Amino acid sequence: MKKNSSLRIPFHYIGKMLTAALLVFLQPVFTFAISHVVCPSCPLSSIKEAVETAEEGDTVIIEEGVYEEHGIAINKRLHLTGRGRAVVDGRDQGEILSVFASGSTVRGLTFRNVGVSYIEDPAAIRLVRCEGCLVADNTLEDTFFGIYLQQSEDCMVRNNRITGRAKEEASSGNAIHIWKGERIRVEGNYASGHRDGIYFEFVDDSEIRGNVSEGNLRYGLHFMFSNRDVYENNVFRDNGAGVAVMFSRQISMLRNTFEYNWGGASYGILLKEISDGEMAYNTFRENTKGIYAEGANRLHIHHNEFLRNGWALDVKGNCLDNRFEYNNFIANTFELTTNSKYNLNTYSNNYWSKYRGADLNRDGIGDVPYRPASLHALIIGKVPAASVLLHSFFMEALDYAERLLPSLIPEQLVDEKPLMKPVRNDTH
Amino acid sequence: MKKIISFVVGDIIRNRIVLAYTAVLLLFSLGLFSLEPHPEKALLSLMNIVLVFVPLASIVFSTIHYYNSAEFMELVLAQPVARSRVLLVEFAGIALALALAFLIGVGLPVLWYEASARGVLLVLGGVMATVVFVALAFLGAVSFRDKAQGIGAALILWFFFALVFDALLLLVLYNFSEYPLERAVLILTMLNPIDIARMMIITRMDTAALMGHSGAVFREFLAGGWGWIAAWMALLAWGGLPLAGAVRIFSRKDL
Amino acid sequence: MIRIENLSKSFGRNTALSDITLQLSPGQCVALIGPNGSGKTTLLKCILGLVRPSAGKVWVNGITAAGNWAYREHIGYMPQVGRYPDQMKVEQVLELIRQIRGREAARHTDAELIGAFGLEEVMAQRMYTLSGGTRQKVSATLAFLFGPPILILDEPTAGLDPVANEVLKDKIRRQCERGKLIIITSHILSDLDDVATDVLFLQEGRMQFFKTLASLKAETREDRLSRAIARIMQKEKP
Repeated sequence: MKKNSSLRIPFHYIGKMLTAALLVFLQPVFTFAISHVVCPSCPLSSIKEAVETAEEGDTVIIEEGVYEEHGIAINKRLHLTGRGRAVVDGRDQGEILSVFASGSTVRGLTFRNVGVSYIEDPAAIRLVRCEGCLVADNTLEDTFFGIYLQQSEDCMVRNNRITGRAKEEASSGNAIHIWKGERIRVEGNYASGHRDGIYFEFVDDSEIRGNVSEGNLRYGLHFMFSNRDVYENNVFRDNGAGVAVMFSRQISMLRNTFEYNWGGASYGILLKEISDGEMAYNTFRENTKGIYAEGANRLHIHHNEFLRNGWALDVKGNCLDNRFEYNNFIANTFELTTNSKYNLNTYSNNYWSKYRGADLNRDGIGDVPYRPASLHALIIGKVPAASVLLHSFFMEALDYAERLLPSLIPEQLVDEKPLMKPVRNDTH
Repeated sequence: MKKIISFVVGDIIRNRIVLAYTAVLLLFSLGLFSLEPHPEKALLSLMNIVLVFVPLASIVFSTIHYYNSAEFMELVLAQPVARSRVLLVEFAGIALALALAFLIGVGLPVLWYEASARGVLLVLGGVMATVVFVALAFLGAVSFRDKAQGIGAALILWFFFALVFDALLLLVLYNFSEYPLERAVLILTMLNPIDIARMMIITRMDTAALMGHSGAVFREFLAGGWGWIAAWMALLAWGGLPLAGAVRIFSRKDL
Repeated sequence: MIRIENLSKSFGRNTALSDITLQLSPGQCVALIGPNGSGKTTLLKCILGLVRPSAGKVWVNGITAAGNWAYREHIGYMPQVGRYPDQMKVEQVLELIRQIRGREAARHTDAELIGAFGLEEVMAQRMYTLSGGTRQKVSATLAFLFGPPILILDEPTAGLDPVANEVLKDKIRRQCERGKLIIITSHILSDLDDVATDVLFLQEGRMQFFKTLASLKAETREDRLSRAIARIMQKEKP
């Protein structure tokens, strides 16, 4: 229905994507380009020189060695390939490699020491207005910004390992930073030690798959003003503030793992002003808050696992028409909290491990509806220090009474069909 | 001395109520662990039993036992022996016997199903709760000559620490919510032995929920070396001070 | 042996004892008598240090009772009601008191009553299984067990069967003859007739008289203690 149409990629993009795929994957086979070999003891010992010498469509092979270079600009279609451990050391002098030509490739290289600049945001690899470029299999160490794509389309960032040693948010860059783009694919990368692991702003019709983003200062994934994107099978672990998905429409979030995001303002995922998306088969494990939703509308949230989070769901009163179905809520301290007396979302057929009802007719659905909202969670929302009463007899008794006769928690917030057993998600 | 205590322990441990108490605890623990598929939840539910039921049972049993053994204590006190020593032996006997009952009823199942640091902490918390509420029972019992009054005082003490104190705490929190209360609250919780034990256990058990703003402060305090020691000290004081008070009153009262 | 000077005790508004002065010596077997609530038990408890006097002092063998406890090694005490820990065995109770009394006391024990009462058979039984009378026998045994020079017996004959009663009275008489000081309270004045040498009569906390049984009988011209007391009480009423 609506959900399906929102995920369908408009027809005219398919042609473009095919072209992009051909460009990226088949290029080396069908072009008759010359290879230029660079090595420390070769006649060509500088990458910059080799890049200047090469013609459109040529390949530059960089042999093992350390190249102390920065400010390499590619203005024609080139394929840079590292062999062995080819290290480009920027010696903190600024941006190392800038690509301005569509169809270019950068792979198998190690980049390090970009240096910090707050005016230029230098990166190890920057793609500017490129189409069909590939950045793959690179290793980036202590680069301010790692891979930076701006105004690019149909590009692929794959299997790069980007590690940093960021200490403060203000003086650190992002591992994979994409600003304005379409049909970008970010796959199988590892990002850690940066401000944000993956940063998306104004990026449409793109995919983020199989990445691991952990130990970043701010967000594992920072996602804004981007529509019709898919992210799937990623792991976001132990990031300062978890994952934020904001001001976006028609996002599919599938089979991701959000875990160990701990802190006062840390969430498995922060959903802000986002609508018409799908969120399914994800695992939220031991986050301070699993999902924190503010102004989230018409999302279909189903078949997710919420395990041992502090708060599984924090759904603010300005969230409308979201559907929570077939999720498993297991051993969370609080299953749900909200700041409103009203509920405009639907919850049904979820498994709540705190549910204590019976199932006399044995249809797998509890005979008594369940109110997952907790009064204590509500109180902590208003008075954070009230968390000192966690699991106290008094609070549990109050919570129990409130569920029987709701006065502060929303009366309509009910799962009419609580499941007796967890949903089996075979995808896990 | 050891022999005398062992006689007292031997007497109490054979008491029908203590045997029933052990059996109930054992039933609770085994039931929770075998029926609850998530060991974290079993441990949390067990914590509620440990911090609510164990203090109640300890304080009521000790109070009743004190009054019931008044005549025998009188006989003992007619012997050449200091009063403080008699009361301490009686205390040690009851506390040891009830702790033993707790260790059998809760300690063994926890070790069997969840022999983790938090499991051990839960058991330790339960033993401390036992000792503290036996001490409180003694303080109440030596203060009232009348048995009914003494049992009433015990119930009120339990009710206060298990329920009323936390309600008052919440009231304070609500009325002063504009202020950064975390430090003050930590000090306030030290005034309730049940709260101390609970915070010590959950900072090791329910970590995710304690990562929020205030929770982090509590956790940091209790997980850190000094806070941890301070909490233990407070708990020990909750055992020691009521006992010292009881000894003081007992040494001066007419029997 | 026991010296009491100006002893007073009040519980709140109630005066239990007022201004009692007396001296008790070895070889005396004092019958402490008086109506209910006359202060008999309070007086005994003051000697034992279980009750603190409001005023006055008690000396036992030259040691003040207040603030001391060691002097109680000279005293054997048999309480009015013998209640013991339910699950303790008889032998454990004896052992427990022996432990408290210390090694010195344990060295010269007087186990005569154990045999006389036939307590060997119940040594391994737990206290809750015993009858009231048997428990009373255990209490009596405990009082005499360590051969103390002073014996304080609070209603010792209540609940004892006639045979045990005679055994106990015989024991008391012989101990008295050996120069021990014995203080007995009892409602059964006929029991006291056989053993007492002196009579201490308390009423409303005051000592009415303290004289030898012989002189009491002579004054009242009665040969039974109960009659003698009855006569005195009648005389007092106007």
